[in-house]
Amino acid sequence: MGQKILLKGNEVMAEAAVQAGCRFFAGYPITPQNEVPEYMSKRMPQVGGVFVQAESEIAAINMIFGASAAGARCMTSSSSPGVSLKQEGISYIAAAELPCLIANMQRGGPGLGNIRASQADYFQAVKGGGHGDYRLIVLAPASLQELYNLTMNAFDWADYYRNPVMILGDGILGQMAEPVEILPYEPILELPEKDFVLDGCKGRKPRVVKTLILKPADGLIAHNEHLQEKYKRIESELSLCEEYQTTDAEIVIAAYGITARIAKGAVRMARAKGIAAGLIRPITLWPFPNEPFISAAKTASQMLVVEMSHGQFIEDVKLAVNGQCPVEFLGKGGGWYPTEEIILEKIESMAAASATAVKGKL
Amino acid sequence: MPNLTRTEVLTDAQTHYCPGCGHGIIHRLVAEVIDELGIREKTIGTAPVGCAVLLYDYFNCDIIECAHGRPPAVATGMKRVQPDKIVFTYQGDGDLAAIGTSETIHAANRGENITVIFVNNAIYGMTGGQMAPTTLTGMFSTTSQDGRGEHGEGPPLKVCELLSSLEGVCYLERTAVSTPKDVISAKRAIKKAFQNQIDGKGFSLVEVLSMCPTDWKLSTAKAVDFVNNEMKTAFPLGVYVDRS
Amino acid sequence: MKKIHFEKHRCKGCGLCVLFCPQKNLRMSEDLNDQGLSYPEEIDPACCTACGLCFRMCPDVAIEVYQQVAKDKKQ
Repeated sequence: MGQKILLKGNEVMAEAAVQAGCRFFAGYPITPQNEVPEYMSKRMPQVGGVFVQAESEIAAINMIFGASAAGARCMTSSSSPGVSLKQEGISYIAAAELPCLIANMQRGGPGLGNIRASQADYFQAVKGGGHGDYRLIVLAPASLQELYNLTMNAFDWADYYRNPVMILGDGILGQMAEPVEILPYEPILELPEKDFVLDGCKGRKPRVVKTLILKPADGLIAHNEHLQEKYKRIESELSLCEEYQTTDAEIVIAAYGITARIAKGAVRMARAKGIAAGLIRPITLWPFPNEPFISAAKTASQMLVVEMSHGQFIEDVKLAVNGQCPVEFLGKGGGWYPTEEIILEKIESMAAASATAVKGKL
Repeated sequence: MPNLTRTEVLTDAQTHYCPGCGHGIIHRLVAEVIDELGIREKTIGTAPVGCAVLLYDYFNCDIIECAHGRPPAVATGMKRVQPDKIVFTYQGDGDLAAIGTSETIHAANRGENITVIFVNNAIYGMTGGQMAPTTLTGMFSTTSQDGRGEHGEGPPLKVCELLSSLEGVCYLERTAVSTPKDVISAKRAIKKAFQNQIDGKGFSLVEVLSMCPTDWKLSTAKAVDFVNNEMKTAFPLGVYVDRS
Repeated sequence: MKKIHFEKHRCKGCGLCVLFCPQKNLRMSEDLNDQGLSYPEEIDPACCTACGLCFRMCPDVAIEVYQQVAKDKKQ
């Protein structure tokens, strides 16, 4: 049993990173994740690590590029507009197959937006906000304990697959405080040796970390195929999802992150009213856990996607469901938050509509 | 007096640089300095975006290719994680003084213990001759076809002068490679910039005025004259800061 | 013994060496190297002082200068 602490989500994530051996953090202040650089500025020197408040989010992601190539476990964090700035750097890191952790505590957008939580960066995270065919492993914790655990695991997946990993959080997760058990770090995978590190060519041939591939003429095609093979491998090996009361569910809610936590409450309320509701909560957004949706589409009569955006995550749900089941939507961007009651109201109207439809058929 | 031969820090590859381009000379100087200081096996260089993007084919040491303008940030990450290694950036005028201005100024201001080699040829070479921050007033480029200054471009940016206002900087010198005397002086400056890093003295930048016969549309001899006359007037050579 | 050696096929024909030779002892060749370019030739090998300025100006490190040989020869 580890020590229990009460800290804000931003701080929990930072501490988890430190426990997992993160020894280089570069970031820039932006609400609602300011506690991350603030915590790291104090914590990193304590563990002999490096904290740099970079001059911009662009500089921060490029410092990560260098630190990762130097062999360090490294991390940067930001919020939506800042993550937009990082996209070029993320594309480079993915192309060079360097491990690192990028945290996005999403806020309202587009543009400067507001500082409330949102989930409107799903496309940017999962479909690639940077240029080119690449993928990030994207994790969506729904509680601070899960945030802590996934942050530690993230460094292992990043090193194991030589891929950048993103924690797609939001302002609520970052700002809320709940008890978290500080578990010591244990690797969840057998990690390969880092044979790409640029630490000086003593005793070996010089190494190059690069993403420009001009020769041979189809060299970049080959590299892309290599990356795609890696992504297929990750898809076959890594898929995390929580299913709650889905076995006999007629109406299945699909949601991730903090929204899923609220939706779980709505599912309980619906069940108490005799509605067979359930919840599928993807934890890895990429790779997307298709299987639970495929099964649910066979048995449920309807699905409801709830997200704090105008409909991004819903597209992947629809892809997985593949027309086997109607999918409804409840959500808004701009810092809108659902409540259990709002979701329950939607579930009830869907249940009523379904009953009417059945009645109509009799 | 030793024989003058190719240093082992340069690979055997034939460079892709144009005839008369200063990059070849500057690569050789950096390589010779690394050789003479005996630091090849603990040196990591950065390749910019620009004509020197393929620098990793020419240097026999670890190299990381960076996004345009970002070498000082990448070097910061690399050096802070491995303070015992020698990290240098090699950048052109677009990389260092346009898209990368922020990274340049802040790495300098933080006093990052790195060595920056800044190749200033007053034009964007790789992409075919567009205006650079250091393009001279009145100078033709493909994006300042009426001459710089006619349409709100402002005057050329003077990097050594700009950075010399920063207290965090250890050493700034502007040199050239347009005469043998300049080449010898540039090598001395580059050696000092690397020695400063070895001694932990802080941010050292050597600006090197360089020829670009192709995009200036001049012969080699006339390009040399352009550096010696127009460029040295706009960008005076000399030591701007020396706190070592 | 030769004081200077030109790797003629590495040469890009830029002419910096010719421009800066203090003895004015270099000229660009009539015939072409493998790249289809002229390369430098000594006008009179005896005139070369092995000062090394051609080496210092060559962007392609296509020149080697044997200063030790020149020194030994002097002695």
